[in-house]
Order: sequence, then C-alpha cells, then structure tokens
Amino acid sequence: MKSIAAPTFEWLQLAPVLTILLAACLGIVIEAVLPRRLRFLAQIGLFEVAIGVAFAFLVISWRQPEHSQGLLAMGSISLDGPTYLMWGALLVFGLLALLVFSERDLDNGATAFAASAASVPGSPAEAEANSARHEHSEVFPLAMFSLAGMLVFVAANDLITAFVALEVMSLPLYLLSGMARKRRLLSQEAALKYFLLGALSSAFFLFGMALVYGFSGSFQLSAINDAIANPVYGRGLLFTGIALLAIGLLFKIGAVPFHNWVPDVYVGAPTPVTSFMAICTKLAAIGATLRVFFVAFGAERWTWQPLLATVAVLTMGIGVVVALTQTDMKRLLAYSSISHAGFILVAVVGATAGVTGQVNSFGSILFYLVAYGFATIAAFAIVTMVRDSAGEVHAISGWAGLGRKHPWLAGIFALLMLSFAGIPLTGGFIGKWAVFSAAWRGGYSWLVVAAVAFSLVAAYVYLRVIVTMFFAEPALGVGVGKASGMTWVPVVLGAVASAYLGLFPGPLLDLVTSASTFLR
Amino acid sequence: MTFPWLTFLGLAPLLGAAVLCLPLKHAARWVGMAFALITAVIGLVIGGLYLAGQTFVERAPWIPAFGAGWAVGLDGMALVMVLLTVLLVPVVLLAEWRVGGGGRWSPQVFFALVLALESLSIFTFMAEDVLLFYLFFEATLIPMYFLIGGFGGPKRAYAAVKFLLFSLAGGLIMLASVIGIYAWSVQATGAPTYLLSELQQLQIDPMLGRWLMLGFLVAFIVKAPMVPVHTWLPTATEQATPGSSVLLVGILDKIGTFGMIRFCLGLFPEASTWVAPVMIGLALVSIIYGAIAAIGSSDLLRLVAYTSISHFGFMVLGIYTFTSVGISGSIFYMVNHGFSTAALFLVIGFLISRRGSAAVADFGGVQKLAPVLAGVFLMAGLSGLALPGMSSFVSEFMVLAGAWSAIPWVGAVASLGTVLAAVYILLMYQRTMTGPVTPAVAEHFTRDATASEKWVIGPLLAVILLLGFLPNIALNVIEPTAHQTMSIVGIADPVAPLGGEAK
Repeated sequence: MKSIAAPTFEWLQLAPVLTILLAACLGIVIEAVLPRRLRFLAQIGLFEVAIGVAFAFLVISWRQPEHSQGLLAMGSISLDGPTYLMWGALLVFGLLALLVFSERDLDNGATAFAASAASVPGSPAEAEANSARHEHSEVFPLAMFSLAGMLVFVAANDLITAFVALEVMSLPLYLLSGMARKRRLLSQEAALKYFLLGALSSAFFLFGMALVYGFSGSFQLSAINDAIANPVYGRGLLFTGIALLAIGLLFKIGAVPFHNWVPDVYVGAPTPVTSFMAICTKLAAIGATLRVFFVAFGAERWTWQPLLATVAVLTMGIGVVVALTQTDMKRLLAYSSISHAGFILVAVVGATAGVTGQVNSFGSILFYLVAYGFATIAAFAIVTMVRDSAGEVHAISGWAGLGRKHPWLAGIFALLMLSFAGIPLTGGFIGKWAVFSAAWRGGYSWLVVAAVAFSLVAAYVYLRVIVTMFFAEPALGVGVGKASGMTWVPVVLGAVASAYLGLFPGPLLDLVTSASTFLR
Repeated sequence: MTFPWLTFLGLAPLLGAAVLCLPLKHAARWVGMAFALITAVIGLVIGGLYLAGQTFVERAPWIPAFGAGWAVGLDGMALVMVLLTVLLVPVVLLAEWRVGGGGRWSPQVFFALVLALESLSIFTFMAEDVLLFYLFFEATLIPMYFLIGGFGGPKRAYAAVKFLLFSLAGGLIMLASVIGIYAWSVQATGAPTYLLSELQQLQIDPMLGRWLMLGFLVAFIVKAPMVPVHTWLPTATEQATPGSSVLLVGILDKIGTFGMIRFCLGLFPEASTWVAPVMIGLALVSIIYGAIAAIGSSDLLRLVAYTSISHFGFMVLGIYTFTSVGISGSIFYMVNHGFSTAALFLVIGFLISRRGSAAVADFGGVQKLAPVLAGVFLMAGLSGLALPGMSSFVSEFMVLAGAWSAIPWVGAVASLGTVLAAVYILLMYQRTMTGPVTPAVAEHFTRDATASEKWVIGPLLAVILLLGFLPNIALNVIEPTAHQTMSIVGIADPVAPLGGEAK
C-alpha cells in the first residue's frame, strides 16, 4: 500500500510571494475596519513595508549557501536564477508604480482614481462622492494581488499554476483600468475591452494547455519537454497546442497581431495603472513566455523560432510605424511599448543558451526590461505631472515648448526618450545591443538587420517628441503640477538608472548572466 | 600607475559642461572659455609628451560580458585629430560669444553643448575599443543635434532632424556590424573581445568580413559626406550657426575618414581592397560634384558645405588608392581642412552678422568698406583652394601624388578638382568682395573686423601658414600611422618608374 506523503512547502523560499499575498489580504481588512480618513495612509504604509519585507526575504533566500534552487510547493513553482531576478525586478517596479498610485498633490489632494468608481459618470452620485472627497484606497490591495499573480506567473513550473497566476494577475488589472478619475467613459470602455479580449486570450491559453496535455500527458514543463523527445502521439496536437499557448502569452506581451488592446487600454486606464501594466505585466508575460518556450518547448524550437521571428518583425514594424502618426502622448508610449515587445522577441527567437560569462537570451532580455522599466515608469510619471486646468495633457502638441518652461523635467523626459530610442550612453542602448547580439548568435542575423532598421524609425518617433518639447513655441495654459516625492522618486530614479545603466552596465549584466539558466 | 592623461583630457571639457549646468549668469561664457583653454593646454602638453617619446595607453575593465573595456590610446592620427579638436573649440567659442537671441537658447547652453561635444569627440578619436568608439561616435550626435536645433536659422529644427536621421541611419547599420564583430570574436576565440589590437590578430571568413566592413563603411560614408548621401550637410550648415558648422564639418565629419582608416582598413584589409574601386569612384564623383555644386551655390554657407564634400572626396581618394603618401596626405588633409574650413565659416559668419544674410547676391564691393575682413576672407579662401604656401596645398599634393603613382587616370581626374576649386573660391570672392558697393552693403558694413574677430581668425591663419611652410611638424607624427595602415592592408607602395633608362 502506498503511503501518502505530506505535501511539502518551502516557507522561506516562497516568503516573497506569500508576503505580497498576505499584504493584499491585510489591505482588504484595512478597508473594512479603519475609518475612511486613515485608510489611504495605512495602505501606503502597508505596501511599502510589504514590498520591503518581500525583497528582504528574497535576498535572504538568495544568499542561502546552496542558492536554494529547486522545485517548490510540490513541483508547481520553479525557483531558479531567472525566478530570483524576475522577482526582484517585479518587486522594485511594483513599488515604483505603486508610489505613482499614491500621488495626491497633483490634483488638489485627490488621487488619479475615481472617487466612486461605481457611480455613473456625470451623475449626482459622482458629484456627491467628489465633494465628499471619497477615494478608492482599494486600488492598493488590487495592485498587490496582481503583483502576487505576476510573481507566481514567472515562476510557474506547470501550466495549471501558470493559468491560475495569469488570472490572479489579470483580473485586478481589468478593474484598475476602469477607475480613472478624469475621462471616465474612456476608462470604462478600456476596462471592458481589456476584460473581453483578456478573457478570450485566457480561453486560448486554456485550450492550448488542454491540447499540450493531450500530447504529453502532463502539465509539468519538464515532462512536456520529455514527451517531445519521446513522442507517443502525433505532433498535430503539440503544434496546435503551442500555437494556442503562444496566442495567450503574446496577447499579454502585446505583440502583433494581438496588440489591439494596448493603445486603448493604456490611454483609458489611469496613468499610474498604465505605468504598472507597461512594465510589470510585460515583464511577467515575457518571463512566463521564456519559461514555457525554453523549458517545455525547448526541444521543438526549430518549429516555433520562425513563427516568433515573424511575430517579432510584425511587432517591431507596426509598433514603430504606427507610433509615427500618433498625436497623443499616452498612445505614443503605448505603441512604443508594442515596439519594445518586438525588440525583446528578437532575443526570444535567438534562444541562445547560457555560456559562462556571456550574455544569453534571458540575460539580455532581463537587462532590456530593467532599462526599459525604469524609463517607462518615469515617463508615465512625467505624463501625470504635465497638466492644464482640465487635468493631464495627453496631446503631444500640448507638450510644445516644455523645454523652455521646465528645462529639467523636459531634459529628463528627453533622456528617457533617448533611452527608448537606444542612443548610446543610455541603458536602452546596452539593452538593444544585448538582445540583438543574442539573436545574432542564435543564427538570426537577418532579424538583427531588420531590428536595426526599425530602430531608426523608432528613433524618429522619439525625436519628434524632443523636437516638440525643445524647438516648438510653448503651448498656452500647460504647466507642470507640483508633485510630491511619490512621483518624483520614480522620475529621478528612472533618469539616474537610464544614465547609469548606459555608462556602467557591467554589474547588472554580470548579475543577469550569472543566474540566467532555467531549471528544467 | 602613470597619470591617465588621456582620460583626464577627455573629461576636462565634460566637467566644464557640467559646471555650466549651474546658474552662472554672465560668468558662464568665461567659465566655458576657461575650460576650453585648459583642455587645449592639456592637449598640447600631451602632444609634447608624445613627441618626447611617451606612449599613451589606458586600459580598464568596463563591460566584461560584452568583451568591451575602457581602452583609449594615441597614435599619430589620433593625436593630430585631438589637437585639431582642442584648438578649434576655443576659437569657436570666441567667435560665437554673442550666440543666441531671437527665441533661441542662451549662450550658456551653447557653451555647455560645445564642451560636451568636445569631450565626446576627443574620446571618439582616442578609443581603441570598437564598442567604446561606437558609443562615443553615436553620442556626439546628441549635442550636435541640439547645437543645430537650438541656435540655427529659421528652419533649424528640420535641419537638425535631417542631420540626426542620416547619421543615425548610418550608425545603426554600423551597430549591426558591431554586434557581428562580437559574434565573430566569440566564435573565433571563445571569449568576446572588442579591443582593436586583439581583433586584428583574428582570422575572418572573407564573406563575413565584407559584410561587416560594409556596415562600418556606410556609417563613415554618411559621416564624411560623400555623394550620394551628402544632402544633409548643406542643409545643416545653412541652418546652423557658423561656429556649429565648424565643429560639424571640421571635427565630427572627420570621424568618417578617420574611421575608414582605423576600422575599415585596420580590421578588414581584404574587404577594403575589395571595395576600393567603388570607393575611388565615389571619391571622384564627390570631388567633381561637390566642386560644381559649390560653383552653383547662391548661399555662402551652402557653398562652403559643397567645397567640403569635394575635399572629403580627396581624403577618401587618398585612403583608397593605398599608398603611404596618399594615406599620410589624407590624414594631413583632415587637419588642414579643419583649420581652413573653420577660417572660411567663421569669416562668413562675421560677414553674415553684419549683412544679416548669407546669400551671395546680397554682397558686393565689401573690400572697399572692410578691407581687413575681405583680406582674411581671401586668405581663408586661398587656403580652401590649396594655394602653395598654405597647409592644404601640401596635403592635396600628397593625395594627388599617391593617386598618380597608383592609378594615373584617377589622379588625372582628381586634378580637375583643384582647377574647379580655384573657380569656386575666386568666383565667390569676386561676387561678394569686389565690384561696386551696393547701397545695402554700404548700410550694413559700418565697421571692419573687430578685435575679437581678429583674435578668432589670426590664430587659424597662423596655423595654416605654419603647417604650409613646415608641414613636417605634422607629417612626422602622421607618417607612422600611414605606414602601419599600409602594412596591415599588405600592399607595397607602387615603385615610381624612373624613366626610360631604368631597366
């Protein structure tokens, strides 16, 4: 008779995830028990402490002698170098984005979120909530739940865990997207669009899982890899499954042709939420894609590389070309984020494995994401600061002449644009270099040439913004709001990181290359 | 450890640019000038130490994962380019003392940008690591972009974007090659390296070498503008202030020809000989086309830009005919062209500041009203047409001598360029300076060259004449680089036929 082993659970190694989940639950309790005026500050304190503690746990577990790598929680979480690095990046970027969430000085003591999201826009109920200065401090636990989902998503070692994590990460985001204080109808439309398309993509993911299970008889990534090596069934099931899983993942990444939600959602969502999605969601989705494709489908890469190469070319091309024509800053940043997804996919296609001391696909992508993440959060934080009497100014024409009136802020924004464009001496350049070299060494030099051509178009996109800010006559009535440290910290950190990573990329590169092999 | 002179030299102007970010009000220009002069002095000290036999090599680890390091060093070619840079910058700052106004940015920003540009260009010339070179090569674009876009004429934003897009297009193609070098060095040695001296030891597949070389070459052709990718230069100089044009044409564009010698010939000798016929053809087209376009120009600033395109044709010709004398002449040409174009642009700047227009048709009879200005204008022009006694004569002669000895008919065609040069310079002088004084000119030219203007032009003309009469000062430094390049390419100098009796 087989004895039933008690499930194992590695508390210390899983502590970062558990801390964030616990904090999210505590946040809900705060909503229930604390008086209204204390909630906001309590939530801010809670997320700051929680992310700090989670990060501390991460460092402690990283510094364990044997690196404490391995499969956790009965094989459903894979704790390896990439997991540690992505957890660290997610926690840092989550913290920065949540800081932008908590800004209240820009809009006369109100946050960027609706006073009462349930009230009909323009109704007396809305006006009443506004005048009573209500606010939704629930946004913090929602974001924390989403962050917890992301942490699990990038570490999931089986497809079921990945799917659950995907939903935990997505559902709060659907809600958060619809909670903008200004332009509420647009925001609600964005939320609905995001939800419907997101649900559809989840369905694709689920269907893909089922087919891959049918082929391999397992949800475990390594078992799927083994099944590919010794197939029992025909490969039709596998190919269809890979394609459907790819659709689900590429949707979250925002790759063409599954990118249509990105501009609408980025524009409609409250800007702090956009900054959170632009980096954290993207990082989580790309991390999970890398794990699924490299670990589970690594043996089948000759099949998916050409497919992803096509997607990468389309994503870069449509991202940069459509960005050329944008007149709205948030839309421009949305298309820019699509094109960055394309540049990252270039390295995914390369699929170069780790050699000691050299940058491989994962390392290059993580470096790119870190450089892009700091710049992105700072860019969106600056978007929240550029205002006129009606709120944030999104029209690029409204940013005209910002360099004359606020040279420092415009200078920082120009630096971020240069980093996006991949101009040398910024972090963006080193990131581009790294992902392109990963693709070249994977045998995709033609893809590098294509990517370089699209980089030129992309450079023009960002230059246009710089020209408008510095060389155009100042727009009337537009100014920079007086923000608190909550916004300034991400802005200054983004600028410093963009310059630092461009000048001294060595330490971060060493870190990402030292721990860039996925556990199988 | 010895004192890191080169890093110090490159950082000095950058420090100046950083200091100029402080609100200094009226002292800003003096502070900027002080940093430019300090840099020039350091540069001259380094030049002296170099002549005294000291070698300059500075190495430090930087991005081990990419195989890139902080590697700066000096050879003869780098030294003369660095000296050209550090000497031109104070002159430019003095000439543009009253830059700005009319909705443009303040002089303080101009000075800061020029110093930042100086620092980046110095590092570009000294870099001995491919990635490091690439970084600085691209980074120089940003201050130049703001110099054109922030201080130029009415269409400055357009000119700045055109400049940047052309340069970036070339630069990004080069990026593909830079990444290719990484992949190649990993494949060849197992560990990445970007150090020039190590790369030169590696074997390369000829086909890959040609592709990689082409990536570099395209960037350099755009940079040292050659027909047909030259169109950004006239637009940029027409809109930029004369001082910015000096930096652009005198220093930044030299990175193109500099790069051809250092990287195309230095890393891919086989591929460079393979591409030489095309390059010689492009050089001849540039020489003739630039000269003809200059003759037809109605705008003084555009005119000088076209003369430069013609001159760059000579430099490229000197490089790709593969003779020691041609390559030496080419490097010397880079220096001389820097000084003579600077003189030409700055004098034209003085003329424009009086007349308020750069159109050739708006001048006439100036020499009667401002004889000193007209005189220095003529001197600068004669230097541009390579009159014997001027330094440019020596270098042009060397390039042509090299071309004649390698491929005689090429030398013959190129010699046409010198004739055309006389036409465009003398026509320009005749149309603007001689003839009857028009009323508009009489109204605007109320004073001759001022003291500060004389201080701008005097040193430039002095250097041009000095190098014209004593070219060996520079040639002794340059020639080892030329010989070394020739030995890398592996072609012996053509032996001159000694006439009928030598058999």
